[in-house]
Amino acid sequence: MSVIPVERKPLSFAERTYIPQILSGLSTTFKHLVAPPVTMEYPEQRPEIPREYRGVPTLVKDPNGREKCVSCQLCEFVCPPKAIRITPGEIPEQSPHAHVEKGPKAFDIDMLRCIYCGLCQEVCPEEAIWLQKQYSMTGYTRAEMVNNKERLYDLGGTLPDPHFKWDKKKAAEEAAAHGGHH
Amino acid sequence: MDLSSYFDLPLWLRLCLQSGAVIAVLFPIAAACSMAERKMAAWIQGRPGPNRTIMPLLAWIPILAPLLQRLGLFQLAADGGKFVFKEDPIPGHVNKLYFVLAPILAMIPALTTVSVVPIGAYFNHLGTLVPIVLANVDVGLLAVFAISSLGVYSLILAGWASNSKYPFLGGVRASAQLISYELSMTLSVLPVFLWVNAPGTPGSLSLFDVVQSQSQPGFWGGMWFVFLMPVSAFVFLVALFAETNRQPFDMPESEADLVGGFHTEYGAFKWSLFFVAEYCHMIVGSAVFVLLFLGGWNPLPWVPLSSVAEWLGWVDNPLLLGVLAIVLFLGKVFFFIFFFMWVRWTLPRFRYDQVMKIGWQKLLPLSIGNLIVYALAIALLSRR
Repeated sequence: MSVIPVERKPLSFAERTYIPQILSGLSTTFKHLVAPPVTMEYPEQRPEIPREYRGVPTLVKDPNGREKCVSCQLCEFVCPPKAIRITPGEIPEQSPHAHVEKGPKAFDIDMLRCIYCGLCQEVCPEEAIWLQKQYSMTGYTRAEMVNNKERLYDLGGTLPDPHFKWDKKKAAEEAAAHGGHH
Repeated sequence: MDLSSYFDLPLWLRLCLQSGAVIAVLFPIAAACSMAERKMAAWIQGRPGPNRTIMPLLAWIPILAPLLQRLGLFQLAADGGKFVFKEDPIPGHVNKLYFVLAPILAMIPALTTVSVVPIGAYFNHLGTLVPIVLANVDVGLLAVFAISSLGVYSLILAGWASNSKYPFLGGVRASAQLISYELSMTLSVLPVFLWVNAPGTPGSLSLFDVVQSQSQPGFWGGMWFVFLMPVSAFVFLVALFAETNRQPFDMPESEADLVGGFHTEYGAFKWSLFFVAEYCHMIVGSAVFVLLFLGGWNPLPWVPLSSVAEWLGWVDNPLLLGVLAIVLFLGKVFFFIFFFMWVRWTLPRFRYDQVMKIGWQKLLPLSIGNLIVYALAIALLSRR
């Protein structure tokens, strides 16, 4: 079978006295004793978080300051632990972003339920919800652990947008209204 | 400064003051050792160790306070305060009298042995070297062995009074281990006293006399006994590790297989008494090793304290010379405490059968053979 018999060599006299091994062990630990610590003193020193890190889910705005979420509620539906709750709302007529269909009136992510699976980010058609560098969520009450819309935008900030799809759509509509090639 | 008025005080008052001073130094050192142990463990494991505790008012001192904070010195006060003030429950199933008695019994021998250990020396007005010691008795080493071996009773008592399995096993292990290693320990120091008490001189077991015989002029006179009797020193050191229940002979506690060994059922202040007693044993054990084999308060081999005193001109200054001797002696003792901790965080614990095997089958024959060899050698040397 796949058994390999290994011949065990008898220990030499020096090995049986333990002394050479103890001395080499002492020299090893002494090297560690004088070496600088390998740990980080956490609240003061923070680890360098890589750009791809997937921490707390956040909402982001595009470079024009428009909130990208259109409250399609796909993330709410896909969320396995049901941590996300969205109240959809209309965008007022006078807003510069009125051409966008909808926006969330309220957006709550319960971080006591969130399992950081990233499915919300994966499912989002607007690239509006991102798991970002934030990794340390603390609070004294359950209510504090629920991130509301304002908090989510604070955490998320602005991400570059390669598409500007709503602006392109608006421009295309305006061009059509002015008798474009359609 | 006129110190002679101190010697006009009644003897009992002086002895009380001196013992109080020694305990007031020994107890905090033993407590600080627990802190040092944590820092050593941290540094060896690549961590910074406890470095956050600071007292409110002391925090305003600019450079010193942050340094002490980083060294974790205030953690000591925080831990001590916690041990004093936290609830000290006595489990319902224990024998209350002996349960309470055990930690007290652990402290008494630990603090008593230091009374016969000289911690320094100075020249008195007659020009003779006088030891700084609470009781300069002729049976010095015998007293240390006799009293420190009483420490095992506290372990057995704690294990037995706790009335539960793990403490009981810890107590049994402690008794077996300490008895086994006491034999080799005692046998290993006999060559030292054979050498010190050369035929024709008044015999003495005093530790001061051992240091004196390492402070003589000449090649053989100034030699520390660690060079003259390395096997004795080795056996004594190994037995010392076993006697003080330090790794790798941590059998009575062995938290991996016995939860906490003999002190499983103890908490709060009673537990800390066991802890401090262990460190006291360690300090006194290191002190005895330094006196026997490392020349006590002599700064270097072949350089006795008296010649240093002549160079510095401190022969007629008992205060400065005494302080110098104590500093030299404590420096060596602290190195040994460092060594104890260093070994603790290097070696794993021996298995129990290995401990017994090393004690009875290796160290005991080694120390007996060592004794015979040195007895013959000393007999042959003294016949000439």
